[in-house]
Amino acid sequence: MTTRAEKPGDTAPDQVARLLALVPYLLARGEVRLDDAAAHFGTDAEQVERDLRLLFMTGLSPGLPGDLIEVDLDALEGDRVIRVDNADYLARPVRFSPAEATSLVVALRTMLEAAPPEAREVIGRTLTKLEQAAGPDDEGLLRLHVTPTPLEASAIVPVLESAIEHGHQVEITYHVPSRDQESTRVVDPRGLARVEEVLYLDAWCHTARGDRAFRVDRILAARELGTGVADPGARARDLTGGWFTDAETTTVTLRLAPAARWVQEYYPVTDRRPGPGESVEVDLEVASEQWAQALVLRLAPHATLLAPQAYVESFTAAARAALSLYEADGVD
Amino acid sequence: MAQPRAERLMNLHILLLGAKRFIGKDAIREACYPEHARGPAGDEAFERAFERDKDALRQIGAVIEVGSADAFFDDEIGYRIPTEQTSLPEIRFEPDEAALLGVAAQVWQQATLARATGRALAKLKGQGVEIDPSRLEVVAPAIAADEPAFEPLWDAVGKRRQVSFPYRRPSEGEPTTRRLQPWGLVRSSGRWYVVGFDVDRGAERVFRLSRIVGPVRATGKSGAYDVPAGTDVRELAHRLSPSIPTVRAEVLVRPGTGLGLRRRAETVTAGDDGWDHLVVEGPADQVADEVLTYGADVLVRSPGSLRDDVVARLRAVAEAAR
Repeated sequence: MTTRAEKPGDTAPDQVARLLALVPYLLARGEVRLDDAAAHFGTDAEQVERDLRLLFMTGLSPGLPGDLIEVDLDALEGDRVIRVDNADYLARPVRFSPAEATSLVVALRTMLEAAPPEAREVIGRTLTKLEQAAGPDDEGLLRLHVTPTPLEASAIVPVLESAIEHGHQVEITYHVPSRDQESTRVVDPRGLARVEEVLYLDAWCHTARGDRAFRVDRILAARELGTGVADPGARARDLTGGWFTDAETTTVTLRLAPAARWVQEYYPVTDRRPGPGESVEVDLEVASEQWAQALVLRLAPHATLLAPQAYVESFTAAARAALSLYEADGVD
Repeated sequence: MAQPRAERLMNLHILLLGAKRFIGKDAIREACYPEHARGPAGDEAFERAFERDKDALRQIGAVIEVGSADAFFDDEIGYRIPTEQTSLPEIRFEPDEAALLGVAAQVWQQATLARATGRALAKLKGQGVEIDPSRLEVVAPAIAADEPAFEPLWDAVGKRRQVSFPYRRPSEGEPTTRRLQPWGLVRSSGRWYVVGFDVDRGAERVFRLSRIVGPVRATGKSGAYDVPAGTDVRELAHRLSPSIPTVRAEVLVRPGTGLGLRRRAETVTAGDDGWDHLVVEGPADQVADEVLTYGADVLVRSPGSLRDDVVARLRAVAEAAR
């Protein structure tokens, strides 16, 4: 018989922590069905049984006080009923460790910051009780603070995750900055991937009739549909390298001053060379001239567009047009 | 056969729990570590295993007191786990509060924090709390921590251990090694920061986790320093970050354009001049960047400082093209 934790990643302290929570529950009830205990703790019967077999082994060493803990293994194997005796000193769960108290309390504090007004009251009530259990005046809490971004606080990511898990289609409202448009489309989601600090949804887009990577922070609304995806076995693409390859692209050359150098870490750069002075010259594959123009405008004057020549001319025209607005409006 | 570690941990916990007197190291060794024979090699193996096990029980939440195991001589160290301090206070939750706890379990997308939350909830379930998140219509924020530095830093914060790591600021080419006593972690604008005492600079500092470009190494003992009482890591992170003034700008946008600006605008009103009038607030440099993105579709009305900045940047590129 082995009493070792058998699940990968399950350590001996994990198992002991589970037992020290399980025993008080069992003692308070006297007799519990194995399946009920598993359901209560959100685990499976096999794990509860494995943990109980460890409990049966404890207290066997000489020199330990009191009687051995009694686990009725016959009842466990026969009627799948748990009976534990002689463990009264384990009648109460162990208090929260600082890491446990912090993770739970900060999760609720983060929910409070993101919650709509009608949900704040119940979160506040729950939080007060937990903070008291953690210790007075935050003693026993580690220092951790989260201010959620609108994306983190929105329901978008959970909707996408649920649709991916169930193999359902999703209807999304998406903002395309390069065309500055909002559009609603139905997609077959395959996976979420983080590239740098940006989260993308990899999907088959029924409107574009092609594979697309959507920036999740530009998805304004998402609704899981009841319909299944066309190809449930499709694996998510690797978005870490060049997902522009399936679109027609143009090679754009930029000269980046130090203040604009972050561009080469943010966008897929196909080549880079040292430029004059402190600058660096990079080649980028872009799918839209409008996108490239918007990028160089926002970097102004730290980035210079070098090629292609047609882009250079339209960029200069766009910058002059914007400037002339202010001149007409009485700057100077 | 050596007993499995989980069994030994349970035995150690039971031995020390509620003990009226401190239990000496020798007695502990006899009861729980029979596999380590007497002698230099066995002694060392026992010491190592015992240290690790005490640490594991503390991580689970046990409070281990250290004192003298002998009434007359204080050279024999003993240990005990006082029942009252180590037991979870009885907390009663209303059904909606219990359901909310289940939702809270979904917040952390980071494995260590998610596991710690799960363990905390298991303890409440051990008290008999029934947790069923499906009974509540509250959306949980989803907080990730993908930076490899998060895990070792969080561990170091819990243990109060000093760390060192290679750090690269965008203005510098080569990373430099920084030594820090980490006090806490802060997430703001979708980024993780660590705040603490920079040993080399002799001052409080804040570091962005995505700029830590190599392994975080913990050095020295646990409990090596104290975090000053009343330290507010969020306030500290804001105070130490390079400060960028916030502006409230009045911006004119052509109808049907500037959707990104419209989404974050406080107010949008259609003017009789053929433009929509927006009020947006944000860090001055970010508002300027965004306004520039839209070229001739957006015009800054006020404040003058933002307007001057945008004009200067446009003029610089227009003149460079001449």
